[in-house]
Amino acid sequence: MKKKMGIGKLLLYAILITYAVITMIPFLWALSSSFKTLEEIVSGTMSFIPKKFTLDNYKQIFVEQELFPRWLLNSVVVAGTVTVLNLLFNSMAGYALARLQFPGRKPLFLIILAVLMIPAQVTMIPNYLILKQLGWLNSYQGMIVPTMVNATFIFMMRQFFINFPKELEEAAELDGLGRFGIFFRIVLPLARPALAAQAIFVFMGSWNDFMRPLIILSDPQLFTLPLGLNSFKGQYISYWNYIMAASMVFTLPVLVIYVFFNRYFIKGISFTGGK
Amino acid sequence: MKRMSTKRMWREAGAGYLFLSPTLFVLLLFIIGPILFAIFLAFHKVQLLGTTSFEFVGLDNFKRMADDTRAKIALWNTLKYVIIVVPFQTILALVLAATLNAGLKGQKFFRIVYFLPTLTSSAVLTLIFMWMYNQNGLINHVLKAVGLPTYNWIGDPDVALNAIMIMNIWATAPYFMVIYLAALQDVPDSLYEAAELDGASAWQKFWHITVPYLRPVTSFVVIMGLIGTFQLFDQSYIFSSGSGGPNNSTLTVVLLIYQYAFKTLGTMGYAAALAFALAILIFIATLLQRKLSKEESLY
Repeated sequence: MKKKMGIGKLLLYAILITYAVITMIPFLWALSSSFKTLEEIVSGTMSFIPKKFTLDNYKQIFVEQELFPRWLLNSVVVAGTVTVLNLLFNSMAGYALARLQFPGRKPLFLIILAVLMIPAQVTMIPNYLILKQLGWLNSYQGMIVPTMVNATFIFMMRQFFINFPKELEEAAELDGLGRFGIFFRIVLPLARPALAAQAIFVFMGSWNDFMRPLIILSDPQLFTLPLGLNSFKGQYISYWNYIMAASMVFTLPVLVIYVFFNRYFIKGISFTGGK
Repeated sequence: MKRMSTKRMWREAGAGYLFLSPTLFVLLLFIIGPILFAIFLAFHKVQLLGTTSFEFVGLDNFKRMADDTRAKIALWNTLKYVIIVVPFQTILALVLAATLNAGLKGQKFFRIVYFLPTLTSSAVLTLIFMWMYNQNGLINHVLKAVGLPTYNWIGDPDVALNAIMIMNIWATAPYFMVIYLAALQDVPDSLYEAAELDGASAWQKFWHITVPYLRPVTSFVVIMGLIGTFQLFDQSYIFSSGSGGPNNSTLTVVLLIYQYAFKTLGTMGYAAALAFALAILIFIATLLQRKLSKEESLY
C-alpha cells in the first residue's frame, strides 16, 4: 500500500516536472538567444549557455531602431491610461448597476451582458471608419477611448458590489456623505482586491493587444510594442539575437507585475471564470 | 415626506446615469453604433478613396461568399484549427489542474511556472516560436537528436498551421487550467473519502468523481475555447507576415476579414458581411456545444 502511494506520487511529480520543462524551454531559449552573438545564432549551435555572453543586443536594439524607446513609451502611456480609466469607469458602472435605483437599469444591464457576446470582428471595421471620421486614427485617443470601459469587468464589479455589505454605506449616508462621497471615500477603497485583479487583466490586455494598433496606427512614431516588434521582425528577419532581446524587453514589465500580484491574478481568473 | 422621497429618487437616478455616463458613451459610439453601422456596411459597397462613399448592393456581399475560394480555404483552416485545438487544450488544462491539485509539495511553484505563457503577448510568443521552428532551429535539432523527421515548420504549407496549433495549445491551456483549479477547490472531500472506502484507485476517482463534478466548468471552458479559437488572428498574421501563406495554409477567417477590409480596395462591405457570418458561426457553435453537453448529462 505504502509502496503504491510512492509510485503514484512519483508519477505525478514526473508529469509536473515534464510540463514545467516544456513551459520553460521557449522562454529560456529566447533569453539565452538574446545574450548570444550573431555568429553563434547563425552557426546553429544548440547551447542554452551563450558561448560568448554579450549585452550588445540590448544596446543595439535601442541604437539601431531609434523608435524602440518611443514604442515602449507609447505602450506605457496607452496601457497605463486604459487601466486607470477602466478601473474608474467599470467600478462606477458596476456600482450603479448593483446599488442605485434608476429607470432603465435592468435593460441597460442586459445590453451590457449582450455586448459580451459580440465578437470584436463585427465592430472592428465600423470602428475604423468612425475613428477615421473623428480624425483619431494614429492617435493616443483612438487607442484609449474605445477601450476605456469593458463589459466583462463591469459585470465583475457589479457582482462584487452586490455582495458588498450595505451597512457601511448606510452609516456613511447618515454622516451626511452624498453618493459620490460614499463611492469614492468608502466603497472604492474597500474594493481593492477586485480592482487589483481587474488592473492586471486590463493592463495585460492593452499591453499585449495586436489587432487594434495594427488597424488604427500606421505612423511608426505611434506604434505600441507588439506592432513595433512585428515591424522590427520584418526589418531584421535573420537577426534573431535582436528580435529575442526586443521580445525580452517587452515581456519583462508584465513579468514584474505578475511576480508582485500573482495572488490577485488567480483570484481574477476565477472571477471572470463565470463563478 | 413624500416629496422628500421623490426628490431622493430623482437624485439617485441622476447619480446612476452620471456613474454610467462614460460607459454609455463608449457603448453607443464604439459598440452599439458600430453594430448598426456594420449591418449597413454588409449591404453596401464601400469606397475609401478620397471621401468615403457607399453604394447599396443588396445581398451581393453575402452571395459572393459562395464563389470565394479563399473564403472557403479560410473557413476550412479555421474549422480544422478549432476542432483540434479546443479538445487538446481542454484535456491538457484538466489534467494539469488535477495533477496540481493532488496536494504535492511545490505546487505553488509549478503553478507560477505554468502560467508564464498566459502572461506573454501573442506577438512575443509567436516570435519565440518562429525562432524555435526555424529550419535550423531548436525544435528540428531536438527531433533529429531523437531520430524523428524534421520539418520546414514555417515554409511548408502542410505543417504551418500545425505549428500554430502546437504553439497555441501550449499557450492557452494554462489559462483554462487556472479556471479548473479554482473549481477543483469546491469538490467536496467527502466524495473522495467515500470512494476511497470503496477501494477506488486514483484514476477511478479522477474519472468518476472529478470529471463529472467539473462538467459545468468544462462546458464553460469549451465555450470560451470555441470563441477564442474561431478568432485566431495575431499568430497567423505574424507567422505569415499578414499574407496567410505559405499557399494560404495559415489563412484564417479573421485574417481574411482583415485583408478584405484594410488591404484590398473596395471590399470593406464584403469584409463586414464576412464578419457577420463569423459571428453567426461562433453563435451556432456555442449553441451546439450547449445542446451536446446537456444531452450528455441526461445519461
